Amino acid sequence: MNITLDEDKCCAAGQCVLVAPEVFDQRDEDGIVVLLDAQPPAEQHAAVHEAAAICPAAAIQVHA
Amino acid sequence: MTDGRIAVVGASAAGLAAVEALRRGGWTGALTLIGDEPHLPYDRPPLSKQLLSGDWQADRLGLRTTDQLDALDLDLRLGTRATALDAGTRTVTLADGERLACDGVIVATGVRARTLPGVAGTAGIHTLRTLDDALGLQTWLSGAERRLVVAGNGVLGCEAAAVARELGHKVTLVGRDPLPMRRLVGDGTGTLLATEHERHGVRMLTGVLDGVETADGHVTGVRLTDGSTLPADTVLVAIGSEPAVDWLRADAALDTTDGLRCDEFCAAAPGIYAAGDVARWYHPGHGRHLRIEHRMNATEQAMTAARNLLAELGVTEDERRPFTPVPYFWSDQYGMKLQAYGVLAGADRAETVLLDAGERRVAALYGRDGLATGVLAAGLPPRQIRGLRAVIATPGPWDEAHARLLAAVGGE
Ligand SMILES: Cc1cc2nc3c(=O)[nH]c(=O)nc-3n(C[C@H](O)[C@H](O)[C@H](O)COP(=O)(O)OP(=O)(O)OC[C@H]3O[C@@H](n4cnc5c(N)ncnc54)[C@H](O)[C@@H]3O)c2cc1C
Ligand code: SF4
Repeated sequence: MNITLDEDKCCAAGQCVLVAPEVFDQRDEDGIVVLLDAQPPAEQHAAVHEAAAICPAAAIQVHA
Repeated sequence: MTDGRIAVVGASAAGLAAVEALRRGGWTGALTLIGDEPHLPYDRPPLSKQLLSGDWQADRLGLRTTDQLDALDLDLRLGTRATALDAGTRTVTLADGERLACDGVIVATGVRARTLPGVAGTAGIHTLRTLDDALGLQTWLSGAERRLVVAGNGVLGCEAAAVARELGHKVTLVGRDPLPMRRLVGDGTGTLLATEHERHGVRMLTGVLDGVETADGHVTGVRLTDGSTLPADTVLVAIGSEPAVDWLRADAALDTTDGLRCDEFCAAAPGIYAAGDVARWYHPGHGRHLRIEHRMNATEQAMTAARNLLAELGVTEDERRPFTPVPYFWSDQYGMKLQAYGVLAGADRAETVLLDAGERRVAALYGRDGLATGVLAAGLPPRQIRGLRAVIATPGPWDEAHARLLAAVGGE
């Protein structure tokens, strides 16, 4: 799994952090998403897919 | 293996999330996605933000690439209206008369912008719901200074007014309520927003739109019910929306009062589910039916509706699960971000626990029947804002939630 982000699209909802706190964080200044782990281990994959699906700005792309 | 057909009606945020969840959940039969707009699924929140301001072109709004859509193997019907649903036989009728016999149907037709009667065809009058609407308004706002009247000071009117003002236009924001968005956010946040709009030079007026004045087919002003008129080159009518349920009305088995009424599983009838702005479903945690017009709800509810439909059809072994989200909403105005968790609408009590207009900081609690149901904040660090979700994740006693909110934001 490889994750990419579109920071411009991120609306700082923080939903990804609520779902997958090991993989996503938010910048303190503006809340924009920060990727903690672009290639997370298998046990994180379900949470990452969930985060990508519910991100209200479609800012998270998951590649196989 | 599955055969048969599922139809998803409405090809936007909820419709897209539904077809994706159906495929992920194991539906291998035919999957028809029907949308009356000509466009591939695109995102609406940027319409009143990055698109209106000219920062983004339309191509940034697409929710998926064509490759991603191809992988879903959809029977995609764009530019196609569904005109009827027979819930008993699960049959969808399309505008050209074609009838689709289905095993399941997910209704995701959203809402439409309310407009004024008799203004169709008048140049300079706009609503803001679709990409075409937004491009139309953007064209008017991309040139020389104009006098824009925004009728309606809810979320949409406020966001558009802010963008138009930042583009240098003369903006008048007219609302029934003297404070912007007050019906949703209450006094404290309403005051903060009023301060912001004022500071940026938006003229705010209390009034109710009665009609428009025109000359040669072009709008020249708006008339208020108190008899006054406001000159205008461009008018944005932002007076709310109506669930797109007209096509469902013929079936008496479906309750279409204020959206399509569903149970806690998002089911309106056997095999018929709904999601997104159009769905009014029973939220067990709140003990009442809710209809939520927020971007995140569209996705979350569609995922649940899809899973529950697959469970009902026996495609998966899962039990159907009630849909009990903690709703989330945001709005951007003048670089300020309002964020809310839970339910604000229908509150009988709202209390601002922190308000600092200078620093553009606010935190407020909302509730009903003695329970706290929602929280809103702006200007706080992201971690703090995320933490507020827990305060109202399940509606609980007002005083407890109030104390937790105070502790979380450090108010007095
Ligand atoms: C300008 C704007 C700004 C917004 N900003 C925010 C924001 O900042 N934060 C936030 O949380 N939310 C925001 N929202 C709300 C958010 O966009 C919606 O909640 C979301 O789009 C709902 O998705 P949906 O799929 O349920 O409905 P919709 O997006 O309304 O999609 C329904 C689709 O179904 C189609 N349709 C309707 N009837 C039929 C029919 N009979 N046959 C076929 N197709 C049909 C419609 O044309 C439409 O394409 C905003 C909305 C707008 C318009
Ligand atoms: S959920 Fe999406 S919009 Fe929200 S912080 Fe994460 S990436 Fe940004």
